[in-house]
Amino acid sequence: MNKASLGQWYSKGDVVIRQGEYGEHIYAVQEGELEVVKERKGGGEIRVAVLHAGDIFGEMAILQKEVRSATVRTLTETRLLTVDKKTFMSRVHEDPSLAFNIVRMMAQRIRALNAQLGERRARVERRRLERRTGKQRRVGPRRSGQ
Amino acid sequence: MALVQRTAQPGDNLAAYFAGNEGRRLALTDGSRVGVIGGGPAGTFFTYFLLRLAESVDMNLSVDIYEPRSFTCQGPAGCNHCGGIVSESLVQLLATEGINLPPSIVRRGIESYVLHMDVGNVRIETPLREKRIAAVFRGNGPRVSEPVGASGSFDGYLLELAAASGAKVVRKLVNEIAWDGGRPQVTSSDGSSATYDLLAVAAGVNSRVPQLFSEVAPQYRSPKTLKTFICEFKLAPEALDRHIGPSMHVFLLDIPRLEFAALIPKGEFLTLCLLGHDVDNALIDTFLGAPEVKACFPDGAMPTPVCHCFPRVNVEAAAQPYGDRIVWIGDAGVARLYKDGIGSAYRVAKAAAKTVVHHGVSSEDFRQHFWPACKRIDNDNSIAKLIFAASGLIQKRRFLRRGVLRMTANEQRRGAARRHMSTVLWDLFTGSAPYTEVLSRSFHPEFPAMLCWNLIAGNLVRSRPNGSEERPHE
Ligand SMILES: Cc1cc2nc3c(=O)[nH]c(=O)nc-3n(C[C@H](O)[C@H](O)[C@H](O)COP(=O)(O)OP(=O)(O)OC[C@H]3O[C@@H](n4cnc5c(N)ncnc54)[C@H](O)[C@@H]3O)c2cc1C
Repeated sequence: MNKASLGQWYSKGDVVIRQGEYGEHIYAVQEGELEVVKERKGGGEIRVAVLHAGDIFGEMAILQKEVRSATVRTLTETRLLTVDKKTFMSRVHEDPSLAFNIVRMMAQRIRALNAQLGERRARVERRRLERRTGKQRRVGPRRSGQ
Repeated sequence: MALVQRTAQPGDNLAAYFAGNEGRRLALTDGSRVGVIGGGPAGTFFTYFLLRLAESVDMNLSVDIYEPRSFTCQGPAGCNHCGGIVSESLVQLLATEGINLPPSIVRRGIESYVLHMDVGNVRIETPLREKRIAAVFRGNGPRVSEPVGASGSFDGYLLELAAASGAKVVRKLVNEIAWDGGRPQVTSSDGSSATYDLLAVAAGVNSRVPQLFSEVAPQYRSPKTLKTFICEFKLAPEALDRHIGPSMHVFLLDIPRLEFAALIPKGEFLTLCLLGHDVDNALIDTFLGAPEVKACFPDGAMPTPVCHCFPRVNVEAAAQPYGDRIVWIGDAGVARLYKDGIGSAYRVAKAAAKTVVHHGVSSEDFRQHFWPACKRIDNDNSIAKLIFAASGLIQKRRFLRRGVLRMTANEQRRGAARRHMSTVLWDLFTGSAPYTEVLSRSFHPEFPAMLCWNLIAGNLVRSRPNGSEERPHE
């Protein structure tokens, strides 16, 4: 590790936070890329976001006092800086505007998720339509042949 | 003129409103002009947050930062002399604000502190084993360092951040302040003047600026200061790694007038910082001659410093650092005693920026919304005086030093879940927690009990605990 860099290095593929676990830290990405994945109930996972330098994650479990809502795993060698819950929360009480940057990031993430959901819905709708029109096409000639 | 008399809003505190401003308030509006004297941490944080907060309420401000220093220069000319430790709490808070210090600014990530005393030394590891303390050069390094351009300076980085937010950097020395139709007017060394709707004074305590206000703002009394000493040693990289490593070295030595001393590694340099009462050559020589200090250098031989200075440090808050359309921030106003001055500059600067954007720029606005942030730091400094009195006692009493050393070394060796002394010392040396918190930690019922036991054991049983980092010198 570069003597002059802050934080801690993680190898590619390391799980930084795991869905369902309790957490005491927020993470600020200094270098590298990570993926945020939601584990499905029936097994498997879906990627909901990719994080880059400057992004912050892990704040939801701190703000809501709940378990981690997703798993975050490194996609490359990654350098992260941890922010203690205590340091963050005691300062937020003094200066609520400290949460502004985090709220803005959360809003961006919700927007991106909404866009993703919209795309997914459109894709599902398109597939359903294609299936229906395909069926009609298959049914059509038979009918006409009758 | 962009300064407006704002009329009452539903959410306003009406009592204070009518009492202080006869029903009208001073507030900035679109197009208002703000002058900032000083582009050190206080001035740049203030500007950065002011412009960000103003943008969030669609207010367009024009901000001039007066800063004659070029942070690309090496040596004292480009440097706001300081130890250059960006505290653990500040590094974390800046990251949540979206300000991540790049490796080009951080000359060394600090992992641990080594406490040196005549009775031995002990290493205190960072609680998370992660580098969250930054050692930086405020300017572009000492005289003999390789030039790395503006990007190597912490203050230069912050100034660039403020400029990127939309502020204009005016490379001039301010040498006169006056009132122009009730608004502050700034005159620079080249004779040019500009009038502002608000003036933020962030010129620190190492210039003539405080004297410029004796007539124009008689309610303001500049902070009390002490002379300190800083010097830089150049060492071979291997020697630095072997003798200093990724640690800041602090000294608790029985030397009269010495309050605090530290050696801080930065790249190929080692910064020495001495805080005390009237630091002079005699005090410096006594300190440098101490065996505990010499032991930090290869073969006990200290190289000649490549750079040195005697800057002043704020040790008592300014009186009433605000008025109508004027506010003093950072060292020029209220700063944290001895530790994390940059962190307190951040807190106070942000409180001032929030007051200006969300409340107004009258003396009453600053009293209500800015002064509480200063007062919190000032009150905490009163606790600090108690803590430093206690540490002064430890400095003077050898049996106390033995107890402290034993307790800390045992906690570090065992990785004890409750590291009472280690946490107190960590927070005290790193400046990461308010002094009030440091004091409250020492009220934990186990703390005095453990200390008493270690005082007895440390003074009766004088053998070295197994596997400890402790290295008694006797
Ligand atoms: C020995 C020592 C060690 C320290 N170590 C640390 C440490 O390790 N960590 C820490 O957090 N704090 C430390 N501090 C405290 C820290 O240096 C200050 O708290 C901090 O610099 C305050 O920032 P500021 O912006 O208020 O003032 P400054 O940093 O002093 O900046 C003031 C700026 O105003 C400019 N200026 C001055 N006069 C004029 C003028 N007439 N016109 C225009 N511009 C002007 C100057 O050029 C300068 O850039 C230390 C202080 C000392 C003395």
